[in-house]
Amino acid sequence: MIEVKHVDKSFDGNHVLKNVSAVFEDGKTNMIIGASGSGKTVLMKSIIGLHRIDNGQIEYDGRNLPDMRMKEIRLLRREVGMLFQGSALFDSMTVLENVMYPLEMFADTTKEEMEARARYCLQHVDLKEQSYGLPPSEISGGMQKRVAIARAIALQPKYLFCDEPNSGLDPKTSLIIDRLIHDITVEFNITTIINSHDMNSVMEIGENIIFINKGEKAWQGSKDDIFHVDNQDLNDFVFASELYKKVKKANA
Amino acid sequence: MNIFQDTGKYVLLMRRVLVQPDRWRMFFRQFPKELEKLGLQSLPIVIIISVFIGAIMTIQTKLNTENPLLPTYSTGLVTRDTLLLEFSSTILCLILAGKIGSNIASEIGTMRITEQIDALEIMGVNSANFLILPKIAAFVIMMPFLVIFSMAVGLSGGYLVGVFSDIITTADYLLGIQYAFIPYYVFYSLVKSLVFAFLISSVAAFYGYYAVGGALDVGKASTNAVVNSSILILFFNLLITNLMLN
Repeated sequence: MIEVKHVDKSFDGNHVLKNVSAVFEDGKTNMIIGASGSGKTVLMKSIIGLHRIDNGQIEYDGRNLPDMRMKEIRLLRREVGMLFQGSALFDSMTVLENVMYPLEMFADTTKEEMEARARYCLQHVDLKEQSYGLPPSEISGGMQKRVAIARAIALQPKYLFCDEPNSGLDPKTSLIIDRLIHDITVEFNITTIINSHDMNSVMEIGENIIFINKGEKAWQGSKDDIFHVDNQDLNDFVFASELYKKVKKANA
Repeated sequence: MNIFQDTGKYVLLMRRVLVQPDRWRMFFRQFPKELEKLGLQSLPIVIIISVFIGAIMTIQTKLNTENPLLPTYSTGLVTRDTLLLEFSSTILCLILAGKIGSNIASEIGTMRITEQIDALEIMGVNSANFLILPKIAAFVIMMPFLVIFSMAVGLSGGYLVGVFSDIITTADYLLGIQYAFIPYYVFYSLVKSLVFAFLISSVAAFYGYYAVGGALDVGKASTNAVVNSSILILFFNLLITNLMLN
């Protein structure tokens, strides 16, 4: 579980996060949603430790991140997996080598065991064996996301962060990636935090949703609660499209 | 002010780079690749430039020293000493700053803007050490060999002038390049090349590592790397020359 308590963050006098508190639970897909520029990416980067916060606490199962030294942060990060918006696979390595990389860096096992684990992860994300020897540039965007997920779970992380996981994917592939993230979260009891403004994803896998508006936490609830909220900003954001307006009407 | 900030950032980056790797196994996997990419793949350009410069230097020296009072071997001697003292270390490094510097800066810069460096950091890897140390180590190790090679090929270029033209006889040239040879010049040249190799690889890595933005910014980082490492090479050339030859 990750707890964020009274977090403030400013950049050159611009107050981006204002007293944000939230709880991200184990075994659930926790989603941070909000409009562009609302502060959701800053919140996620602060939780990971890529931004140093001005005030507040970020506790990973009771371990407060701002109190940690760089060495301790590095150790904590070995418990973290991350899926980047652009996949961030290493160009100079093949698909299999990308997934083996974290194992080679940190696992004390034989090369055969590492390869077996990497193959298991790739099979788990439903990636065909023919692509294992290819460089990332030669596979599709959806396949790259799968490889990135496989790499993120290779070291059996306790925490998984996904930054816009469906960015650049078609709706069908997006759905597959969403379900994959959800299934992995439940199966391995991971604390997953997804940063997204894709409403399809929110409706599909949003078990614990945090809505950030103008740097503040404006609402928290589940995908089922979202239809019955009396928050104008949230409604304007979630039900912006004609499709979702109709969905809300039908749900009412 | 910017120069002080950049120097501070560079020093801090080098503090992260010049430490023991997280996994030696990973270092030694990357190291031979860098030896090949930064060292062996530079050989063709070193050969082409050195042979031509050696030949041109011989012709120009001969044409500019047409004086019966000067001994006939002086052309070979001047060509040799110029190659040993300046061309095969400093000028060669300035040329390699363009090739190797832009290569390193653009490679690391692209990794930065495509979030590959962030991915390494999130994994808990010392990304600076993992990416930069093998490059610096490989280039520093390869550079003396490139310099020695350049000296030999440059002197051969001068010899070819004697073979294919009547500007100078091969006998005079061979006498000149052996006359009053000072081995310390080779040592001085190698020391310079080691310093320059470190500067080229580390400055280029610095600009690549801190690249921000998109493809245009990687291009800018690459240009800055080449320009600044060239300036540093010239400055350290003066410094080392003063220390070692004065």
